[in-house]
Amino acid sequence: MLEFFETITGIPAPLLFGQLLLGLINGAFYAMLSLGLAVIFGLLNIINFTHGSQFMMGAFVAWMLLAWAGIGYWGALVLAPLIVGATGVVIERLMISRLYKLDHLYGLLLTFGIGLMIEGYFRNEFGSSGLPYRIPAELSGAWDLGFMFMPVYRGWVVVFALATCLATWLVIEKTRLGAYLRAATENAPLVQAFGVNVPRMITLTYGAGVGLAALAGVLAAPIYSVNPQMGTNLIIVVFAVVVIGGMGSILGSVITGFSLGVIEGLTKVFWPEASAVVIFVIMAIVLLARPAGLFGRA
Amino acid sequence: MTETSRRILLGGAAALPVATGLIAPGRARAQGAPMKIGLLSDMSGPYRDLNGPNSIAATRVAIQEMAPRINAELVVADHQNRPDVGVNIARQWFDRDGVDMVLNLAASSVALAVSDLAREKNKVMIATSTATSDLTGRACSPNSIHWVYDTYMLARSTGSAMVRAGGDSWFFITADYAFGHALERDTANFVRNAGGRIAGSVRTPFPGTTDFSSFLLQAQASRAKVIGLANAGTDTTNCIKQAAEFGITRRGIKLASMLMFISDVHALGLETAQGLVCSASYYWDLNDKTRSIARRIRTGATNDTPVTMAHAGDYSATLHYLKAAAEMGAAAAKADGRAIVERMKAMPTVDDAFGEGTIRADGRKLHPAYLFEVKTPAESRGQHDYYKLLQTSAPDDAFRPMSEGGCSLVRS
Repeated sequence: MLEFFETITGIPAPLLFGQLLLGLINGAFYAMLSLGLAVIFGLLNIINFTHGSQFMMGAFVAWMLLAWAGIGYWGALVLAPLIVGATGVVIERLMISRLYKLDHLYGLLLTFGIGLMIEGYFRNEFGSSGLPYRIPAELSGAWDLGFMFMPVYRGWVVVFALATCLATWLVIEKTRLGAYLRAATENAPLVQAFGVNVPRMITLTYGAGVGLAALAGVLAAPIYSVNPQMGTNLIIVVFAVVVIGGMGSILGSVITGFSLGVIEGLTKVFWPEASAVVIFVIMAIVLLARPAGLFGRA
Repeated sequence: MTETSRRILLGGAAALPVATGLIAPGRARAQGAPMKIGLLSDMSGPYRDLNGPNSIAATRVAIQEMAPRINAELVVADHQNRPDVGVNIARQWFDRDGVDMVLNLAASSVALAVSDLAREKNKVMIATSTATSDLTGRACSPNSIHWVYDTYMLARSTGSAMVRAGGDSWFFITADYAFGHALERDTANFVRNAGGRIAGSVRTPFPGTTDFSSFLLQAQASRAKVIGLANAGTDTTNCIKQAAEFGITRRGIKLASMLMFISDVHALGLETAQGLVCSASYYWDLNDKTRSIARRIRTGATNDTPVTMAHAGDYSATLHYLKAAAEMGAAAAKADGRAIVERMKAMPTVDDAFGEGTIRADGRKLHPAYLFEVKTPAESRGQHDYYKLLQTSAPDDAFRPMSEGGCSLVRS
């Protein structure tokens, strides 16, 4: 079997398996970020371009909690999404909520502008080269899988991201709250007529979506450099993931996130120079063939 | 208003305090139109910390030091590491704003483009933060000077040291643009000449790559003993961080960070960076003079960014440029970029950052190069105390011999 792989690809099998696994890990980040975007778009019809900055804020808040308050990784995993989510609530109440009656484009421009300001602020305060954040002691070390050295922390990221995606999906599809959310997406005035506080639900949904971005940021802090532009680099790809999966489709964004991570990982072996472009090529093809995305409804 | 012109306007506004700061009452000041220096660099991207605010401060220190002899103004702009943006700003500076010298430049791709423009307009470009050795090789110009370091110096200092220590097979992780290519090429030459072997290389998209683990695993699969990091800034710090995570360094594979600034070590933390070797032409803690210039540059700094060799270069280059301008007279210096560059080459350089040095006919500024090892957390005694000195190369050994560069100024 292994020899077969080597013959057809010309790439040693251990390397190929390693790349598949790495692709899954990166896919976990794509999935978590695009999940938050999908949730926000599904209910608010806002294309949240602040998402990258909120991911970055998650990582920075984790660093601040450690450096200023002595709260470690596990505390940050809970607190950072709450803190960043709260800032999201404030942004939604003060600014985004004024744009619901207008075209999508206004929300996009507003959130894009807020994102740039947040990034600029952090760059001014903390510089561009980044801050150190260590892998928690419980998750340091690595398993030797034979074909590769698998850091425990990366495994944790995949498991945790999958669990988060599953939990979010369960909340939205299987709970009463999720049912309200889905109903409000279809027809907000009617749901309000039944006595549900729709504006508050919308605010909290935005906060939750932002919290998901921050959670991904905390997960990313120990492995990527914690720097102000860490979100910008990722968010463009994540938007492509959302477009390919179909705007607003939760399951779609999760599946697309993981699979595009793998495709990108393989490109890094066969044609490294193209690895930054491959996702956008796929996006263009999907847009031409299925404008609503692979899992979206036209 | 276009984005570029707004940026320049903002840059100009940022530079205003500099110009006014010069007017110290009661101090004798030189007469005539001021020399205008344009600091063109990465002010917001991955190379901000090794340039950015400290570069502005360093240039101001030199301008203030020379204030009794000659007037100078500073304008600042951000080229976002894009050659088109950089050239547009430089063109407006030269044509409209009366800028005489463009400083710093950072990204190699921008420096190569602006060098051509400075030659066309007969202005001056001094690259202090740029790596590519082509600036004094096939792309050399009578209007350009290359300060601080280059890919050849890094390759020779770090590359030879790694091969001597037994690292005779290399795999490169290379940033896919002019700088990375030049650094890989120069390092590979040294490795081969020293009897080493190149096992392979991979070119990573720039900017925009954050996860290098895939490339690191390819490097590991090549069974090379050394992974050469032909990249810079956050690319380098991400590579080092992830190599540690994937246990690559623990398996005996060495990382050669071909271009690592002290700001990168600061970002990584000594825990992760300890034991790495890197080359530089300035370190703040070399002697009393280097310590004093670092203090002067960081006076009033609100950030915690250490003074890098690029910052030291901005100070040193501005100082020497203004000395030459003062000798020629501001009017003559403003009129002819080529003439002031010739004057700068004719004068020996001396300053607190690099000590004594010279500028060669091909535009290469010569000074010693140092090989450092990053300290362990236990060895570090205070703020920014990160390096121990392993080896010093004399100026003539540190840089590429003029005959090998292929610079047309030398042949004629």
